[in-house]
Amino acid sequence: MEQKKEPLLEIRDLSVSFRMYSRGLKQTDLRVISDLDFTARSGEITAIAGASGSGKSLLSSAVLGILPDNASVCGRIYYKGRELTPDLQKKLRGTEIALVPQSVAYLDPLMKTGEQADGHRKPRPTEKREKLFRRLGLPEQTEYLYPFQLSGGMARRILVSSALLTDAQLIIADEPTPGMSLEQALEALKLFREMADSGSAVVLITHDIDLAFEFADRISVFYAGTTVETAPASDFRKGPDALRHPYSRALWRALPQNGFQPLDGFQPYAGALPEGCLFAPRCPHRTEKCTVQVPPSREVRGGEVRCYYGA
Amino acid sequence: MALKAENIWFRYNRRDPWILENQSITVEKGERLALIAPSGRGKSTLAMILAGYLKPSSGQVLADGRPLPAKGVCPVQMIFQHPEKAVNPRWRLRRVLEESGRADRIIPDLLGIEPAWADRFPGELSGGELQRFCVARALMSGADYLICDEISTMLDVITQARIWEVVLKEADRRNMGVIIITHNRHLALKTADRITEL
Repeated sequence: MEQKKEPLLEIRDLSVSFRMYSRGLKQTDLRVISDLDFTARSGEITAIAGASGSGKSLLSSAVLGILPDNASVCGRIYYKGRELTPDLQKKLRGTEIALVPQSVAYLDPLMKTGEQADGHRKPRPTEKREKLFRRLGLPEQTEYLYPFQLSGGMARRILVSSALLTDAQLIIADEPTPGMSLEQALEALKLFREMADSGSAVVLITHDIDLAFEFADRISVFYAGTTVETAPASDFRKGPDALRHPYSRALWRALPQNGFQPLDGFQPYAGALPEGCLFAPRCPHRTEKCTVQVPPSREVRGGEVRCYYGA
Repeated sequence: MALKAENIWFRYNRRDPWILENQSITVEKGERLALIAPSGRGKSTLAMILAGYLKPSSGQVLADGRPLPAKGVCPVQMIFQHPEKAVNPRWRLRRVLEESGRADRIIPDLLGIEPAWADRFPGELSGGELQRFCVARALMSGADYLICDEISTMLDVITQARIWEVVLKEADRRNMGVIIITHNRHLALKTADRITEL
């Protein structure tokens, strides 16, 4: 893989489990992320695509240190080469590391959107914010509105603005574009591109993968709590033949403009993961080997893939 | 037999600007209509009015010629953009499904709802998992009209394709009228028979 840009965030063998009550007072650990590797580099947009419930949002919570109390994390997370400890997370989040949360329910319902976007910064970045709101096509008076008066797409654009108003070096945008029209989504992505071009690392978690194909540098594909493929975005633009993992190809083919083909079966539930490759039960190419042992991550044509047959 | 909104005007407050000005829309039974408009143009507001969640400032909504009932199951069911805001956070999901009045497993199975999820609270599921419950709840209620407000933007494209397959098959089988609100033109072209702009 190209190594010209320095990794800002590096995640190795990350696992996240939740302690849950199964019956009465009996507790079980539910592993929702396993053996996950992920890298974000300064100057790049790395998109995370993949199944709903594959742990994309949990990854962002793990990086920020905002997982619920019943979660336990193992593995290593490095930020600028230093281990990202809970203390460091606390210091960096909101300043050096910014999050665009997935749910518009993260907006404070009792606070006007303008104040909310400004945050606690002093002096308030009013001018910069007005410019951002204009670029994102938010109407003039939006800053005086409360969240309940906003449409879904407007609320999203407020969330995006609040993150862009920080001078963060790492921006994790968790589904920033749903509810926006295509033009607005493109403008939002352009803003992220500018942040990356000015030296930040942007992690873009998205289901609008067709947009990610255009705007990202690299795309990591998640499935059932692990990365199955990381590839240059250009491979996704080329089409399924340039991809390495059968799940990535299935994603490409499920786009409405590329056939709208669902794939049989469903992502395995975290409490009932299969032995071996997690995708094997749905894979058209599986062999016996796949159902026995998890395929290790391999480098193939400038990308990484977890499949014995990825070529 | 159609769901009609006639001359709908809406604003939240007398001093606020109109969100909807004299909008009319009709969807026939068995028809699939996509509604496309920029964000903030009032698509979701119109959807909420059509499903009886909001009262228009003036104008009327008629389902098969009758106003929407004030009590009982509404023949117009809506599936929302944000599933986490459409379920009671303090109810286990079993109760969310039972809300539809039926408790068979056919539709939940088609949608890939794991039986074990029913024992969890909404906060313990991902947005995509939660949305499947909302889709199941709407389909199992026996509604004649379905309003889908950006229902698949939270979902990965494979799950999106699967959920639409289930929704459209069920809608065809029961001859339901469907309004599809989306920003994704490709999706509108694949799911609707007719596209209209607001």
